[in-house]
Amino acid sequence: MTFFDLLQLLDSAFRLATPLLLACLAGLFSERAGIFDIGLEGKMLASAFLSAAVAAITGSVWIGLLAGIGASVLMSLIHGLASITFRGNQIISGVAINFLAAGLTVVISQSWFGQGGRTPQLSGAGRFEPIPWPGALPSRELADAGPAMQLYSELLSGHTIWVYLAVPIVFASWWVLFRTRLGLRLRAVGENPAAVDTAGISVVGLRYTAVIICGVLCGIAGAYLATALQAGFVKDMTAGRGFIALAALIFAKWRPWAALNACLLFGFLQAFALRPDLIEKLLTVKVQVQLLDALPYILTVVILAGLVGKADPPKAGGQPYVKEN
Amino acid sequence: MSFMKSILGSAAALALTAGAAAADPAIIFDLGGKFDKSFNEAAFSGAQRWAEETGGSFREIELQNEAQREQALRRFAEAGSNPIVMAGFAFASALGEVAKDYPDTSFVIIDMVVGEPNVRSVVFNEHEGSYLVGMMAAMASKSNTVGFIGGMDIPLIRRFACGYAQGVKAANPDATVVANMTGTTPAAWNDPVKGSELTKAQISQGADVVYAAAGGTGVGVLQTAADEGILSIGVDSNQNYLHPGKVLTSMMKRVDNAVYNAFKDGPGLETGFNVMGLANGGVGYAMDENNAELVSADMKAMVDGASMKIQSGELKVHDYMSDESCPALSF
Repeated sequence: MTFFDLLQLLDSAFRLATPLLLACLAGLFSERAGIFDIGLEGKMLASAFLSAAVAAITGSVWIGLLAGIGASVLMSLIHGLASITFRGNQIISGVAINFLAAGLTVVISQSWFGQGGRTPQLSGAGRFEPIPWPGALPSRELADAGPAMQLYSELLSGHTIWVYLAVPIVFASWWVLFRTRLGLRLRAVGENPAAVDTAGISVVGLRYTAVIICGVLCGIAGAYLATALQAGFVKDMTAGRGFIALAALIFAKWRPWAALNACLLFGFLQAFALRPDLIEKLLTVKVQVQLLDALPYILTVVILAGLVGKADPPKAGGQPYVKEN
Repeated sequence: MSFMKSILGSAAALALTAGAAAADPAIIFDLGGKFDKSFNEAAFSGAQRWAEETGGSFREIELQNEAQREQALRRFAEAGSNPIVMAGFAFASALGEVAKDYPDTSFVIIDMVVGEPNVRSVVFNEHEGSYLVGMMAAMASKSNTVGFIGGMDIPLIRRFACGYAQGVKAANPDATVVANMTGTTPAAWNDPVKGSELTKAQISQGADVVYAAAGGTGVGVLQTAADEGILSIGVDSNQNYLHPGKVLTSMMKRVDNAVYNAFKDGPGLETGFNVMGLANGGVGYAMDENNAELVSADMKAMVDGASMKIQSGELKVHDYMSDESCPALSF
């Protein structure tokens, strides 16, 4: 495997890790506040659909993004209503969100566009285009370029805006959760809501704040899939990424910077699985691609089983808060 | 409860009488969905062509999950629909059960063989059509490397890949074929993001023409190929129009003809094995104004020559499904 091959792998890993990372941080906010959310997949899907649909109608990807975030936040609020206000089972509500999104997206898009659950193809301002850096060479001229140029042109240049924003978003999440009063309260409400309530702070309000932040981040993740990586919505296009993000969240033990590493690792595994030729060159044996695809889940089970470190979920996670009276 | 029962009962009775009176044909679409711009959509357009020409009507359902297969079949059979057409190989086991229970109903399954007396099994020689587009890919390639991206890794898709690879080698023995499958679960038919990344991975291995046989995943393949300035080849329906001037051709699988024929033959249609190949217009490559400039006269002459030879039996394209192996490509 040459240096250039490695760069191409990392390039692909960055693209694949970005939606995972955004969804993973979404889950982080929600679960740190004590609301388990297995509806990440459904929220991403809802946002993927509405962002693509609105971008197709208005011709502006930014309006599409806002619409996608809106759809995702709406799903979040449904989840919040069921699990915070009505104290329902958070897992069941999350599953319901997934089903709701899978069905609604196809039905609505069929009735709007009549293309069988697809949205029209986006072009130009309807998409997040890759941003080439000044002086970067196109991929096909890179094979003979120097390593620095290859690194610059292949790996750093030419991503869409969300790939570049991903790391600042991780930093912001860390800063909010661990350096602000809101973050302290959010974490407290996931560990011991009674204590927060005793201090005179609204548990319900904090938890709603958390699920709304979760909705916004999932919305960006979904819009990224449909309007940056693709040029439109195709039914079920999230293809399980919400669940891999959940796995990454557990793998990262509910910490922002660890989430970045986990998502990069999972993204790298996915990218690696796309290049059986490199695997064969590197390991000299033919490895089943399915094994690599399954690795994120296997790693998560290993972590959950307590074999490598210990994953402690927030203590009040999954439990609705009932005020004593 | 009894009220519910009577409502359900009368609804069922209504459905029965409606069905029995008309004996409308019915079609069941697979999980990809009716408008997948590919396989199911081709089936739908065949049904619609029949409806427009005859003024008849047909019943239809799109499956939402695996568990509905047998249920949908039984419902149509109970309602008196005849013949019942199934678009997709995945119906085989459900049909094996149901066909026995409704001996007077004719069933048509596409892409699979079910050995019941009242079933017509329509199979396509995809390897022949893929062979032709493989030749075109090899001739259009400047890098001598072409790609194949399959959907779910099943023998049927390997048959596409194998025919394609043979065509590539026939036109250019030195060419390399890079083949990838998207996955091993049905989700592999609807993962355009992975399709895009696979395309980019193949481009970095030098491919400058990619053939997508991957349902909805192919949308991502064709999109990325167009974005990155390489050529792609569509599948099942004519997909040339998706990116005019950037899709070299499409391997047409005339599923529409299969459905049309079945509807036209009506109840009591001829059952048994029905092979649709190059010779009877079951497969072919697509030419229209969108790809006219991409296909040179040389290319067309060579492909048509090969097509004639395959039709006359002079040239035999190896079928992966006959012995689960491929001389031109290793999986």
